[in-house]
Amino acid sequence: MVGQTALTEAVYYILLSLVTPRHGYGIMQEAERMSGGRVKLAAGTLYGALNGLLDKGWIKSVPGAEDSRRKEYVLTDKGREALTWELDRLKELVENGEMVLGGAA
Amino acid sequence: METKKVTRWFWVWQFEEEELWLNSMAAEGWTLCRVGFCTFYFERTEPGAYIVREEFRKRDVADESFLREMGAEYIGRMAMWIYFRRKAELGEFELNSDLDSRIQLLSNICRMLLAVMLMNLGIGLSNLRVTSLGVINILCAGLLAYCYGRIQGKRDELKRERQLHE
Repeated sequence: MVGQTALTEAVYYILLSLVTPRHGYGIMQEAERMSGGRVKLAAGTLYGALNGLLDKGWIKSVPGAEDSRRKEYVLTDKGREALTWELDRLKELVENGEMVLGGAA
Repeated sequence: METKKVTRWFWVWQFEEEELWLNSMAAEGWTLCRVGFCTFYFERTEPGAYIVREEFRKRDVADESFLREMGAEYIGRMAMWIYFRRKAELGEFELNSDLDSRIQLLSNICRMLLAVMLMNLGIGLSNLRVTSLGVINILCAGLLAYCYGRIQGKRDELKRERQLHE
């Protein structure tokens, strides 16, 4: 079982953007695009998160990327599992929120 | 190119003030280009052309190349601080945006301060048996303990905030 605890917003968007291989700057741009400009990943935060995710085996660096100076990363099966788990958790949060607050919000 | 040198002291807990000051200089058209002990070298640029950031970290070459990939320029390094700048036209430039990475940053500073403090305390105490100069090390240890307390206070404040949101 992976996941168990909530992912941070940064990690969630990093994983989501790595469904296709991307380098660091590409991840930043994709997270910003998906969130409609709301999520701006800071370089240090992103770098720390990428290293943590590599250690966990949720992402891997892609071998033989065309420009070897720019490392590319991609989601692994384990990472996809974590992301699916998180999505179920988020759905539960939304369902419960809507149920309690009704359509009032 | 027109340059100027400014000598200014910042205590370790004032790193945010330091960064604000460096950016207010950049906004006036003086962008940091080199760092030395308590010394900052600026070069004439267009006002507001650059955003300057500083990061506390052990030397990590991969991290530097990662930041270069983001379009950031490495300015230099003083003790444990690394300075970067990036053209403002490339958009916002932040190194640590979320609470977790800011807490991590403060924890790293705390660890370094604690290590140097214990070292000074140890040297001071063992020197005292031989010479009264050991007092200097013990005073240093006291000052470092104060720095540690200031940084730890900042970290605890963020940790309380972290209990409520990311």
